[in-house]
Amino acid sequence: MISALWVMVGISLLLGAVLGFSAIKFKVEGNPLVEKIDAVLPQTQCGQCGYPGCKPYAEAIAKGEAGINKCPPGGDEGIHKLADLLGVEYVPFGEGTAPKPKAVAFIDEQTCIGCTLCLQACPVDAIVGAAKQMHTIIAAECTGCELCIAPCPVDCISMLPLGEDISSWKWQYPTIPLVQVAAQ
Amino acid sequence: MRPLFKFHGGVHPPTHKAESTGRPIAQAALPSKLVIPLHQHVGNRAVPVVQVGERVLKGQVIGRPEGRLSSAVHASTSGTVSAIDMQLVAHQSGLPDLCITLIPDGKDEWIAHSGVDYRQTAHTDLRHLLRQAGVVGLGGAVFPSDMKSYSHKHQIRTLVINGAECEPYITCDDMLMRERAGDILRGAEVLRELLYAEEVLIGIEDNKPEAIAAMQQAVLEDKHAHMEVIAVPTLYPGGGAKQLIRVLTGIEVAAGVRSTEMGVQCFNVATAYCVWRAIAFGEPLLSRIVTVTGNVEHAQNFEVLLGTPVDELVAQAGSKPDTERHIMGGPMMGVDLPSGSVGVTKATNCIIEASSRLFPPPPPALPCIRCTRCADVCPAELQPQDLYWFAKARDFGKAQEYHLFDCIECGACAYVCPSHIPLVQYYRFAKSEIWQREREAQAAELARERHEFRLMRIEREKQEKAERLAQKEKAALAAKASAPAPNPEPAIAAAPATADPDDTLQMRIDAAVARAKEQAAAAQPKNTDALTAEQQAEIDAIEARRAKIREMAAHAGADDEPPKSNQG
Ligand code: SF4
Ligand code: SF4
Ligand code: SF4
Ligand code: SF4
Repeated sequence: MISALWVMVGISLLLGAVLGFSAIKFKVEGNPLVEKIDAVLPQTQCGQCGYPGCKPYAEAIAKGEAGINKCPPGGDEGIHKLADLLGVEYVPFGEGTAPKPKAVAFIDEQTCIGCTLCLQACPVDAIVGAAKQMHTIIAAECTGCELCIAPCPVDCISMLPLGEDISSWKWQYPTIPLVQVAAQ
Repeated sequence: MRPLFKFHGGVHPPTHKAESTGRPIAQAALPSKLVIPLHQHVGNRAVPVVQVGERVLKGQVIGRPEGRLSSAVHASTSGTVSAIDMQLVAHQSGLPDLCITLIPDGKDEWIAHSGVDYRQTAHTDLRHLLRQAGVVGLGGAVFPSDMKSYSHKHQIRTLVINGAECEPYITCDDMLMRERAGDILRGAEVLRELLYAEEVLIGIEDNKPEAIAAMQQAVLEDKHAHMEVIAVPTLYPGGGAKQLIRVLTGIEVAAGVRSTEMGVQCFNVATAYCVWRAIAFGEPLLSRIVTVTGNVEHAQNFEVLLGTPVDELVAQAGSKPDTERHIMGGPMMGVDLPSGSVGVTKATNCIIEASSRLFPPPPPALPCIRCTRCADVCPAELQPQDLYWFAKARDFGKAQEYHLFDCIECGACAYVCPSHIPLVQYYRFAKSEIWQREREAQAAELARERHEFRLMRIEREKQEKAERLAQKEKAALAAKASAPAPNPEPAIAAAPATADPDDTLQMRIDAAVARAKEQAAAAQPKNTDALTAEQQAEIDAIEARRAKIREMAAHAGADDEPPKSNQG
């Protein structure tokens, strides 16, 4: 009886030690939930959610401080993804927050005075230029957040909607046959 | 007799090949203009190297390959470049792409060109020649051939030359084999050399006895060793690379594995032909054989200059007036062309003129009854009914789990489906949706990295600035201790003197703001009570500088708040 007790105590101590050790050894840096939420967010870094970037918004969601329907660039699908991830109900966008078509910023290089203000506003360093030099946007890296538009003193930045081209073109969901079924 | 193997499934659609094999390959008439897309191959679009208004010669490079995976584009005849702009192209999207429009001058004047002896030429040079000649896979995949003809010794055992041509209506490879078997085999020999392959197996479906005979004859005549022409059973899609490899060698190329890893490489017969023309004669890929069939007076194969508008081509076969659309490719895998004005490309193996009489619209789709007939015929051994279900429900993760990307879009499943469900359309939809998501995920990842880097950079700059400032103040204090000046604020005098020109603006702003605060709080009233002329002058100078700095600070905007750390 006593020996059985000792064995059990020994096992529990051993397992406890293993668990404690692995908790330290395999400690996950940061909050994994924040990372997961951040991975779903579109990384436009526009601040339209009311937070200074996607990561802070992810942290706010993780803490339960923010709703899941605050990110217009993520679109309806983004809300669905967040709802799935967090196991909560889908919530549609509120009044006044609606996703816009994708766009990239464009600097009218004739008008640009080289003030560097847009450069400081861009969250992803997608603008190249230097003081008193013409600035330009690396279209491939622009997220379309529109943060560079307001600071420009000469209003030379505009958003160009990203049209579809052959490489980004998608096959449509086959709808015609379904319509025919309905007609029968 | 070589033992042949079977692949899973397959169907027997009516072949409709006899219509277009009755006449020899005809040279298509020189069109009024050529619309040559710069993106006719897998990989990066070629970059135009000619100007509008420039006269170009036949065979001249007009688009240079860009990047590793790309191919050159050439002027198909001599003439004048009339435009380099976005034009409708032979693509199912109906979207325009960059094209060079060429007005032929009718002289068909060649640029100087000559071939090489492939036995005397280094493999890298041969591959470079293929790339510069714009040779790509002509079976429909248009993958640059130079990228496919790279191999180490003993890596590739078998080179499969694909002459199966399983898709109904299409006969361009059949006619090419009948009429130009010798050059095909010589091209195959070059490819064998490049790949160090031991044997060449030429697979031809047994519904093409003339082609088989011609190829066998050519093997004997030219005494090609290691080459064998093999008749394979007619079964759609036996011309798929994986399927043909399976039938000829018994090797099952697993999902996600390249056939080269299993020791097999596969080229189309027309590609082998072009390889020979490019290497032995220096002729770039300027034309290809196109079957024009369907709703036409006399279906026939034409040798067509790349860029020839489809309208002008089909007119030569007598396209009937009730034609409603042009299908590029066959009835199983082909796509509708957006317009008759698009130019023939390297991928255009066949144009089927379609009318509702010939191709009645499919009956309405009914719900899937899970009869699994589709699974029985799927050559990729998939479960098409499940894939359909997932694609329809937009459950793309599940679709990928069920190996959506192994689907070769052969259409066998849709062909047998008793509910007439356009299955392939669902798979194409799901695939392009998944690609789109991957692109977006990549873009998001890039943005995340750049944003995080930016935050880190800003933090680092702040710290560096603070450190510099602290050092400077320490230096100033030391200076003050060693040589006490009459100046009540030595830091003021010291700062501009020691400031290095690069980091001045922000630091001066910071220092100025800090000093202003200090002065306002304590020292100012006392200092101004009894001023020497010297001090007064100094204060004036400082005031002026301050005013200037305030102005600059107002310009620099809210982004540059002075860091708190500069107080200490
Ligand atoms: S609203 Fe903008 S900043 Fe906020 S999560 Fe969405 S993309 Fe990121
Ligand atoms: S360039 Fe403008 S719109 Fe584009 S990411 Fe930068 S700030 Fe946003
Ligand atoms: S053949 Fe058509 S009806 Fe039958 S299981 Fe496949 S998709 Fe469903
Ligand atoms: S289209 Fe795809 S799913 Fe259908 S039979 Fe062909 S390979 Fe199989």
